[in-house]
Amino acid sequence: MADGIKDKVAILGMGCSKFGERWDCSGEDLIVESFNECLKDAGIEKKEIQAAYFGTHIDEVNVGKAGTPLATTLKLPFIPVTRTENFCATATEALRAACYAVAAGAYDIVLALGVEKLKDTGYGGLPDGAAFGTEMFLRGANATAPGLFAQLATAYAAKYNISMEKIKEGIAHVSEKSHANGAMNPKAHLRKAVSAEQIKRAPMIAYPLGLFDCCGVSDGSAAAIVTTPEIARSIKKNQGIVTVKALQISVSSGEEDTYTEWDGAHFATTRVAASKAYEEAGIKDPREEISMMEVHDCFSITEFVTMEDLQISPKGEAYEDVMNGFYDLDGYVPCQVDGGLKCFGHPIGASGLRMIYAMYEQLLERVPEERRVKRLKYGLTHNLGGTPSRNVSSIAIVGRG
Amino acid sequence: MAGICTYGGYVPRYRLNRGLIYQAMGWMNPANIANAGGEKSVANFDEDALTMAVAAGIDALRGVDRTKVQGLYFASTTMPYKERLNAGIISAALGLNDQIRAADFSGGIKCGTTALLSALEGVESGRVDNVVVTAADCRLGRPASAQELIFGDGAASVTVGTDNVIAEFKDAYSVTYDFVDHFRGEFAKYDRQWEDRWIRDLGFMQILPEAVEGLLAKTGLKITDFSKVVYPCHYGAARKGLNKKLGIAPEADQDNLQQQVGETGSAHALLMLVAALENASPGDKILLVSFGSGCDAMFLEVTENIKNLPKRYGLSGSLENRAELDNYTKYLVWRDILPGDRGLRSEEDLWTRWSQLWRKRKEVLGLWGTQCQKCGTLQYPTQRVCVNPECGATDEMSPYCFSDKKGRIASFTGDNLAASINPPAIYGQVVFEQGGKYMFDFTDCDLESLTTGMSVEMSFRRKYRDQKRDIAGYFWKAVPTKEEV
Repeated sequence: MADGIKDKVAILGMGCSKFGERWDCSGEDLIVESFNECLKDAGIEKKEIQAAYFGTHIDEVNVGKAGTPLATTLKLPFIPVTRTENFCATATEALRAACYAVAAGAYDIVLALGVEKLKDTGYGGLPDGAAFGTEMFLRGANATAPGLFAQLATAYAAKYNISMEKIKEGIAHVSEKSHANGAMNPKAHLRKAVSAEQIKRAPMIAYPLGLFDCCGVSDGSAAAIVTTPEIARSIKKNQGIVTVKALQISVSSGEEDTYTEWDGAHFATTRVAASKAYEEAGIKDPREEISMMEVHDCFSITEFVTMEDLQISPKGEAYEDVMNGFYDLDGYVPCQVDGGLKCFGHPIGASGLRMIYAMYEQLLERVPEERRVKRLKYGLTHNLGGTPSRNVSSIAIVGRG
Repeated sequence: MAGICTYGGYVPRYRLNRGLIYQAMGWMNPANIANAGGEKSVANFDEDALTMAVAAGIDALRGVDRTKVQGLYFASTTMPYKERLNAGIISAALGLNDQIRAADFSGGIKCGTTALLSALEGVESGRVDNVVVTAADCRLGRPASAQELIFGDGAASVTVGTDNVIAEFKDAYSVTYDFVDHFRGEFAKYDRQWEDRWIRDLGFMQILPEAVEGLLAKTGLKITDFSKVVYPCHYGAARKGLNKKLGIAPEADQDNLQQQVGETGSAHALLMLVAALENASPGDKILLVSFGSGCDAMFLEVTENIKNLPKRYGLSGSLENRAELDNYTKYLVWRDILPGDRGLRSEEDLWTRWSQLWRKRKEVLGLWGTQCQKCGTLQYPTQRVCVNPECGATDEMSPYCFSDKKGRIASFTGDNLAASINPPAIYGQVVFEQGGKYMFDFTDCDLESLTTGMSVEMSFRRKYRDQKRDIAGYFWKAVPTKEEV
């Protein structure tokens, strides 16, 4: 009987580039930036890396397909490099593959690195492409990500019979909190605090989401080197280590898209992935036991409903927790401690590893006092790629070794 | 006896006050004040002659078993495709069988009545049981031209057969002349015309009476035998002159819709006929005359069956579904007269993969999905494996058509990021009343008017225009339900 990944893999080192509009940098430059930090932190030499998993998502711009961009950029010496792509969970998939490779005993030291060079698109938002197949060109709605996720709000309002004004108030605080956190983080893309009033007054992108309800579209890269806990302890003598407690993925079955049971106001996948992750990590009461989170706030409303899907807030009651500051940096379960996708940025292929990076630097108490989380047991990260009705949801839980 | 069995009408929702056009462009051609009264119907940004013909066809087919239809004739001078049978697209959208005859009628704007005559004579011959005729036009006048003011967009459709005939086809008389009042060359976007006085005094005052008098002589009837005389002629003075010359009494003169709709080209005589039929009584004789490169004159007689015709939008229902387009430049952008900037996102090149459309033609053009034979679950698009998690049956599906089903809005948004010539792009999830759901673009609505739970129906629309290859693609959109039919 399989018993999961808990405590079978340790994170030896991590790196994260500065996220943002890196006009001066190519995707390859960003790979080098996160890798150099990661390798130094791991305290090993490049030649000790035995395999690598490489996360990239967008094909229209970016570095190209397959594992070759990573290998040729870093001059990895003919080791296996495999590309992972699973929408916004792409980097988490790279980490998951790396962890499984170590846990399987196939390799001792494995690199996971994700990168996305988005700011060569030429326009705001993500490039339009055939994300759901070329056939959607014939029959898919003329939709963009903001509009697809915005519908969570209209469906949520209908389901719980709450006013759009109240939802707007709740999601404005979601963004306000992330901006406050991101403003303190030198690696974040958007580093300006904004008030709830400014957020509510911003131009409409897709009703009811305004500009500040949408995350940054950024360039960036993040990396992790993973190994066994034994090797980690031998390399990092007398230092704290971070181990992986759970890695779960849930993928839409088509029910949300095509079967009428789904209400459009929650993520069916996230609920499944969260339940499995808590079980894998041995967590009975997530609201009590999770210390901090980086969730997939591609849009403020996504974070809002995700608080319920992660079983932290009761169903229909995210508003109360959000407005009570439960998820603020000084709240009980601080969320988006590094600014989130909202402000740290969202280079898709790198985001999952960047979230792990945020948990990792908190767990190792490497962050300045002003943005330090007080209660440090489990850090949870969450990616949601695709659309509310057809997506990939990943959950990772990490903790002190 | 062969005749018209049902009718349907379609006038697009948007109406442009001609005064707004004149305010913008009258400086360039002040004499146009004569044409600046009333309003003209304007096809929405995602409509064209083909989609309007589908809408009218849907209306005409209310209460008709679509599997029994044996032919489809489409008449228009503004068809989106020169090669690719436009009637074939319409037939797929209407959910007709593959084993039918379909044809496009074009050229002079009398092609609408010529298509009708061909259908009637085909049915009369006994070689075909029934044919749907649908006509539509969306003609463009150059800004500041008289045609810009005069033309309107619209469609009309009738089904022709021998069962439940509401208007029997008695006789016809046609004349054909290469009388070039209006013309468009191979690549012309805008209509051109010769001098009004010549069109009026020679065309309407001589050619049209020749057709009418020919039919009267052939049938032995007098003009006063007809309860309604239906003929398009937007010239007010010429209409008066013709009524006088032909002896048409004021109550028999069918209104030409110029004030509410405008001149709808190949659809116009048929659209006026729909209006006449809406108010006709059994026994009424109707004289239908078209005009454009000649005339078709037809004698129809209304039967008792007209009382049993199921309710439909027709012309009157379409006219009630009205929204003011209070912005002339928006009209120019919709018709690609003013190429507004839609942003870089709109320039991404996406191919129409014809082999893919061929495989999915029923799904895309006809909105066919599947119903699981094991559990009954309705699903769109077509599935091999049943989506019901309690079922999961494989390859036990039968086809199911969603295009005529009503649904309710489960979620919606108005998207300003999506490339559109009519932002915001409005779309959302629709749950069908019988089951099944899909995310559709919404059209003919304003974001402010939408609520979850609102009833919607399906409308065939132009989904995209690929300017690089000069083609259009079509799919279904959701429209808030106008009224219960």
